[in-house]
Amino acid sequence: MKTRRTALSLGPIYYLWDGPKWRDFYFRIADEADIDHVTLGETVCSKRQHFSEPHIADVIERLEAAGKQVTLSTLAMVTLERESRHVRDLIRDAHHKVEANDLSALGLLKGRPHSIGPLVNVYNAATARTLAARGADVVCLPPELPATSIRQMLQAMPDFAFELFAFGRMPLAISARCAHARSKGLTKDNCQFICGEDPDGLPLRTLDRQSFLVLNGVQTMSNSCVVLLDDLAVLMEAGLTRVRLSPQDCDMVRVAALYRATLDGRIEGKEAVRELEKAYPGIRFSNGFLHQQEGAAWVARGRSATTAGG
Amino acid sequence: MPYLSPLLAKSAEIAPLWFVERVARTIFTGVLKGHPDLFDRLGDYRQTRYCFSPSDLSLHFRIVPATRMLSVFRGEPPLADARIDGPLALLLGLLEGRCDADALFFSRDLSVTGDMEAMLALRNALDDSAIDLPRELGALAGPFSPLVSGAARHIRARALGGRGAAWN
Amino acid sequence: MELICPAGTPAAFREAIEAGADAIYCGFRDETNARNFPGLNFSREELRQSIALARRKGVQTFVALNTFMRAGDEALWYSAADDAVTIGADALIIADFGLMAYVAERYPEQRLHVSVQASASNPDAIRFLVEAFGAKRVVLPRVLTVQDIARLTRQIDCEVEVFAFGGLCVMAEGRCSLSSYATGKSPNMNGVCSPASHVRYREEAGALVSELGAYTINRFGPGEASGYPTLCKGRFDVGGTEGYAFEDPVSLDVIDEIDALKAAGVCALKIEGRQRGKAYVAEVVSSLKKALRASPTERTALVSRLRAMSEGQRTTSGAYDKRWR
Repeated sequence: MKTRRTALSLGPIYYLWDGPKWRDFYFRIADEADIDHVTLGETVCSKRQHFSEPHIADVIERLEAAGKQVTLSTLAMVTLERESRHVRDLIRDAHHKVEANDLSALGLLKGRPHSIGPLVNVYNAATARTLAARGADVVCLPPELPATSIRQMLQAMPDFAFELFAFGRMPLAISARCAHARSKGLTKDNCQFICGEDPDGLPLRTLDRQSFLVLNGVQTMSNSCVVLLDDLAVLMEAGLTRVRLSPQDCDMVRVAALYRATLDGRIEGKEAVRELEKAYPGIRFSNGFLHQQEGAAWVARGRSATTAGG
Repeated sequence: MPYLSPLLAKSAEIAPLWFVERVARTIFTGVLKGHPDLFDRLGDYRQTRYCFSPSDLSLHFRIVPATRMLSVFRGEPPLADARIDGPLALLLGLLEGRCDADALFFSRDLSVTGDMEAMLALRNALDDSAIDLPRELGALAGPFSPLVSGAARHIRARALGGRGAAWN
Repeated sequence: MELICPAGTPAAFREAIEAGADAIYCGFRDETNARNFPGLNFSREELRQSIALARRKGVQTFVALNTFMRAGDEALWYSAADDAVTIGADALIIADFGLMAYVAERYPEQRLHVSVQASASNPDAIRFLVEAFGAKRVVLPRVLTVQDIARLTRQIDCEVEVFAFGGLCVMAEGRCSLSSYATGKSPNMNGVCSPASHVRYREEAGALVSELGAYTINRFGPGEASGYPTLCKGRFDVGGTEGYAFEDPVSLDVIDEIDALKAAGVCALKIEGRQRGKAYVAEVVSSLKKALRASPTERTALVSRLRAMSEGQRTTSGAYDKRWR
């Protein structure tokens, strides 16, 4: 098992970045980042699609030219006719693999190879098997899964590709209502794309001024950034084959380099974490979910029994 | 808001503590004996020290279901794991599942402090137990049973006003 | 339209029958359902007795197995499904695909309802659930407008049930890890949202402060109606402004929309509140039963008194009204 190279995968950008920023981000990933798989496309809010659409073809071309495998992401929540149509068209016309992020895509993708995103609830091997039987060949697990569950699933399906959400603010919830627009006195239907003002999310703090969450349009994310650098080794040993990085508004090429070096054993997990603090300064790291604690917690290795051993 | 009649409140205030304790203990033991299912539902929370503080009396009742212990305190509330504060009539209504604890809590007629999970377990356990205090009191009164039950029902109806009646 | 009523205890179950429920939903006393609160829910024996009683009264019983199976502990969910089928549940309410597949394969005759926790919010999603697992009914997530629902029901071959009254999830159900981010207890895996074990209230200069885990969720001024520290109904600071960032502490009430929902093709209205007491169940069920038969004007009067029982003592029509977004 150890002979398999653990692949590095880049998830879709959950934030609203303007077109040129979005394009340039992927150009740089194509040119500079040692990443194997790139999943892209608007996932959070259908209203934002026109920002990236003009650049998608160029971006895909550049990424593929650089040897990256490209997967197209579908919307996390589909309620409107327009959104349903978009998912159907995407799946019908795609020349690329598609990542399902809601149940409509799951249904439409039956019978062809596809990926399952972290926003679909796969909590156990029975569910993963059900989806695999319909054509799924890689599942990015939901960020809230503890290591015990991940191990169980790796063990139950040793030949299946599981991907772990290992870097980035965690997508924690999605709503029909746009809290981001609301916080700026707007409504979802007349939002003026205000979420574009916050390319790394809009911080939400408690009344006691404690950092807690960030708003990203209709999505709510953790304020802390999940960092599993120092937790990966044992999971790779257990059969984990893919590790996902979720794009943040920071030096993602550097982040990818640190993860790659850690996966290859060229750098110690602890040291990589220290280096990561420079690449994404001023943000709190967390890995609590993996250690079966509150997601916001940070558990230093050696203090937890859940990932160690067996 | 239903409050105790001044006369009743006054008598509880001046009654000797041992007497109040004895009456309360008798009721408590009777209720536990008559509702073994309550015990099951409490699960791990049988060990909890619950304190009931009627805001219209200067008394506090502390119970531990596991040991069937009940003690009455005057003045400052005793040490407890979970405490509930509110007019006596509402506390009794709650005991019988006649009042909706959530609604009373949201309206701030009741306040709860300490181990919320323990309080929730007790609330849910009581809610299923179909305790009828006048009947329980009556059962303890032997030959005077009908008289005691009737009087207690009358007091309950008046204390709870519209609240109790609507839910029966 | 059927009225689907909650029961957290056998006593509440009996109240719901008396009050006129068409069907009652309930769960076992463990993590297999999304109201896994201390002292709540049914033992196998209690369910057996309750179902027998319901049968005699012509009332159906739906058993909620609507959490997601924790990897390694699947047996807990499988045996809950086995027992619910054996005891005679009229339908199982399920969210996890793995569990749906198990029930569909092992008990093809068993009615399977898709839980709101599965988040089936569009026609393609529902077709998938019908095709893959033989789902007979879907409980819609509270993210759709009445118009969305009407459009949806026309396109599917599956019964549709919607929430009409009670607690309101602001986030798409089954897709929210806010509570586990703060407490480590997951609504999806452990069946508890904002668990009481992590709730604390403290008095602070006359104000009531509610906390969940290490986080302040709200501060209520003297006399202000309070709420349970459910994360999505907390008061927070966004950009220097304090307020209810997601939703006020309100509950859902769409009684005024009953006729529109019926016209939209909805076959059942669901009342939230297995964690509420029997007094609540009795009051809400009987009022809604009357409301279903009443004229729109009489209806308004019937429901106004229910608002006193709501969280924050106020209600909203939530996502059913487009303006809510």
